[in-house]
Amino acid sequence: MLLIRCPYCEEERPELEFRGAGEAHIARPTNIAEISDEEFEAFFFLRDNPRGVTFERWRHIHGCGRFFNAARDTVSDKFITTYKAGEPKPDLDAVRGEKA
Amino acid sequence: MSQSFRIPGKGRLSPSRGLRFFFDGKAFDALEGDTVASALLANGVHLAGRSYKYHRPRGILTAGSEEPNALIGVSNTAATHVPNVRATVQEVHDGLVTRSQNRWPSLAFDLGAVNSLGAPFFSAGFYYKTFMWPKAAWKALYEPVIRQAAGLGVSPKEPDPDHYASRYEHCDVLVVGGGAVGLAAALAAANAGASVILCDEQAQCGGAMRHESGARISGRSGWDWAQDAVAQLKAMDNVRVLTRTTAFGYHTQNFVALAERVTDHLADGKDLPRERLWQVRAKRVILATGAIERQLVFGGNDLPGVMFANAARTYLNHYGVAAGRKVAVFTACDSAYGAAFDLARAGSAVAVIVDWRHDVPEDLSRQAQELGIKILAGHRVVQAKGRLRIASISVAHRDGGQERSFPVDSLIISGGWTPSVHLYSQSRGKVAWDADTQRFLPGDPVQDCVTVGACDGTDDLARGVAQGIEAGKAAATAAGHAGGDQPDVAVEACESYAGGLAGDAGQIKGKAFVDYQNDVTAKDIRQAVREGMHSIEHVKRFTTNGMASDQGKLSNMHGLAIAADSLGWPIPDVGLTTFRQPYTPVTFGTIVNHGRGDLFDVTRRTTIDGWAQDNGAVFEDVGNWKRARFFPQGGEDMHAAVNRECRTVREAAGLFDASTLGKIEVVGPDAGAFMDLMYTNPMSKLGVGKLRYGIMCREDGFVYDDGVVGRVAEDRFHVTTTTGGAPRVLHHMEDYLQTEFPHLKVWLTSVTEQWAVVAVQGPKAREIVAPFVSGVDLSTEAFPHMSMAECEVCGVPARLFRVSFTGETGFEINVPAAYGRSVWEILQARGAEFGACTYGTETMHVLRAEKGYIIVGQDTDGTVTPFDAGYGWAVAKKKKDFVGIRGLKRPDLVADGRKQLVGLTTSDPAMVLEEGAQIVADPNQPVPMTMIGHVTSSYWSENCGRSIALALVAGGRDRMGQTLHVPMPDRTIAVTVTEPVFFDPKGERLHG
Repeated sequence: MLLIRCPYCEEERPELEFRGAGEAHIARPTNIAEISDEEFEAFFFLRDNPRGVTFERWRHIHGCGRFFNAARDTVSDKFITTYKAGEPKPDLDAVRGEKA
Repeated sequence: MSQSFRIPGKGRLSPSRGLRFFFDGKAFDALEGDTVASALLANGVHLAGRSYKYHRPRGILTAGSEEPNALIGVSNTAATHVPNVRATVQEVHDGLVTRSQNRWPSLAFDLGAVNSLGAPFFSAGFYYKTFMWPKAAWKALYEPVIRQAAGLGVSPKEPDPDHYASRYEHCDVLVVGGGAVGLAAALAAANAGASVILCDEQAQCGGAMRHESGARISGRSGWDWAQDAVAQLKAMDNVRVLTRTTAFGYHTQNFVALAERVTDHLADGKDLPRERLWQVRAKRVILATGAIERQLVFGGNDLPGVMFANAARTYLNHYGVAAGRKVAVFTACDSAYGAAFDLARAGSAVAVIVDWRHDVPEDLSRQAQELGIKILAGHRVVQAKGRLRIASISVAHRDGGQERSFPVDSLIISGGWTPSVHLYSQSRGKVAWDADTQRFLPGDPVQDCVTVGACDGTDDLARGVAQGIEAGKAAATAAGHAGGDQPDVAVEACESYAGGLAGDAGQIKGKAFVDYQNDVTAKDIRQAVREGMHSIEHVKRFTTNGMASDQGKLSNMHGLAIAADSLGWPIPDVGLTTFRQPYTPVTFGTIVNHGRGDLFDVTRRTTIDGWAQDNGAVFEDVGNWKRARFFPQGGEDMHAAVNRECRTVREAAGLFDASTLGKIEVVGPDAGAFMDLMYTNPMSKLGVGKLRYGIMCREDGFVYDDGVVGRVAEDRFHVTTTTGGAPRVLHHMEDYLQTEFPHLKVWLTSVTEQWAVVAVQGPKAREIVAPFVSGVDLSTEAFPHMSMAECEVCGVPARLFRVSFTGETGFEINVPAAYGRSVWEILQARGAEFGACTYGTETMHVLRAEKGYIIVGQDTDGTVTPFDAGYGWAVAKKKKDFVGIRGLKRPDLVADGRKQLVGLTTSDPAMVLEEGAQIVADPNQPVPMTMIGHVTSSYWSENCGRSIALALVAGGRDRMGQTLHVPMPDRTIAVTVTEPVFFDPKGERLHG
């Protein structure tokens, strides 16, 4: 069972308290009613499936209830970092440097 | 029976503590601390079971959890029967009842052994080839016959009366394995102040010290030192020692699952749980899991009386039991010599030591000479012979030549030691092939763990203990505990574990088993390679090598080596199969634990549920809720009850417990704007005190949920959802609020369980409700359909909705949940005066279908838009944005010919269609027919006097009046497409 650090609660909690919510940093277009079919396809249907670092959304659903983002390695399953919703993608090299 | 193989003065059990147990109905004497295996051996019994496929007689090979042969059934009652228990693990207690398996009529005379004669037909892959044809015969004939003939123990049929416990635990350092190395590591970590858990699968810690006689540590025998070390650890507050506890699963982030066997060794477990599951999260894990001795592969290597060297020594040195009176040793490893020497010293005759290797270490040959034991170096056992027990061995030079026969009653074997890398491998660590010692060893750890001692390839005890101490200190330091005294452990003498052989020992005569438990021979492995299996993963599946419950602990290396030899490849090129958990079998009880029966899942009940139970309701599960389905009276069946309830609601009135409806309070200055985004409807335009039926879409434009929304105040909405949809709707709303529209000032609260909801529906509804409502004019003019008010009902604060899911005049009375039952009972009494009934979910379904009201998830399936469902009116035309606005414009969603919700009537009004049945336009077309839709809801409608159905049909609204067809297995039913409203199509009753 993974341990996930909730950036709002500021502590690691067991995976059971969380729910995954798909790829992160996909903003809903503010003019969504006007976008083209291709733009809608890219926004709604197309997702990366990387081997390596992925940015994904989680919700601390059985805790504070907040959605947040995480950078995780899909090979090792290890979380590199978690951060609050709305924050930009972190500099992973800097994060790794801090941990080392 | 007397214990004639128990050697006086040998072993660590107390002769004064006698016990009695049963094996196959016969009573045997044993000593406290015996395993079933050691006790049987003490009584001269080696024959313990029959093999899986060939029903070959099998004995006791090992003294540990790796035992593949001596699997027994243990039971005191039919319900507590446990099949496939390792006799080498099960401890004897007074009165223990055990029996052998996979034999009929008896262990010594087993008719199934004729399978051995058919061996040529049972070789690797024979199932795949032989039983391919005819296809139908597999289920009817082959499978039942094979299942009967092959197999191990039989599962109990009754529910397990035992209980199981579960614990979560955190520690700085988890040490797996209580051998000398693990003990040293635990001492070092504990002395530094770290919190330590040490677990070991045996009843007592000590590991290899149990069998070794040559080790001396800190002035004592290895075993005595180990017991002192355990005592020292147990006395420390920061240490937990768990014996009879197997670490069976190594999960991510140092989450390790342990199974503790609490009472299996006790005659009376009293109130203790049978087993306890420990879920341990450790900052550091030290794996001191040791190594497992493997067999040598030669003909007859499975005869009872053949035993591993460490096992023979364990039985002698720990249990005081001699494996035989006239023994021989066949080895490729130094460590087996100790077994010969110990047995010779204990009085057994050692006929010969056959060493596969050409060179025998000098000190071993000198000791053998002193004891008068002949060594044949560079020789091999060609075949072991005997019927129910080994009687002789034939020995020849490795290069061939004359065979010599030695009569023996036991053959001690050792093919060397395989490091136990299972848990390391489960932790995702990769193993690396060590060419020098011909074995796989742990590489770099992936998690915060370290491997020490024999599992890390360290054969030397002194080096292993030093490794353990270093690892213990390092782990404690990493967990924030530096300092403390280093444990003083001086290894003064130890034994050699050098040597080993992987693969078959020369040209084979007879059956040479690689995997005892699955009856896989060396010949099977070679055959698999000949038939084109070149990867070990394929060899494994084709032969089933390593797929038994011992998971190849003995067979993996041999299988790999033989496959590599057949291919002419180096061993690492053939690959290694993945080690899976559990390390040893774990009972379902341990895993399921408390989560069974009433505790299997949450049960949700409304506050009115007790009344429904008292009044004979029949319940159904809706999500986790128990909902009253119907209320039979006077022996009614479901149809009679539902027909009566349906009729009564439309003629008088009915009461319905709608408390399970999901409810979400949407509050804040931007609540209207937020609701506009969440629902297709223009919710911000909804007036205070009004209700609106709302549809929620996903971004792709498909219906996600529906429900009635009430505007309590300018900044406050009372949102209802489907019963099953409440959690995901709130999740969906929170997702948008937190991540897409965080600028909106809105707060969402689940209030499902805060409100009890009493629905009163029917022409008499107003008269029933009116006397209890304070401060609201309930006339249609003042409080029309789709109105709401905050008021008091029965003196209780309430939110009163005038709303209907039946098509009748209706009220839904929301009161604080705690008042639900009392309000319900007052309205029940009042309703009775007007001939009202109580109705359940089945009647609710029929009544709403009569009106063509959809149920999301039944009449929609995630591919249905509001327009498809006929609810296009609920989609705002002027809103600039809502979730789904763009998805609804996708070309496929606006194309002609989409499936649309329509009604269906059958020409025979009594014929009720099956829900889910497919619909075709032309019943005479060839199969496979083009299906143009399916039935989503179908009922007998008492009020319409006929059957009714809702269906999704391609281009359905353009097919009104058309005849379509529903093909069923026994007939094809003609149906007419109609509007989806069957009762009161003008909707006049709603406004009554």
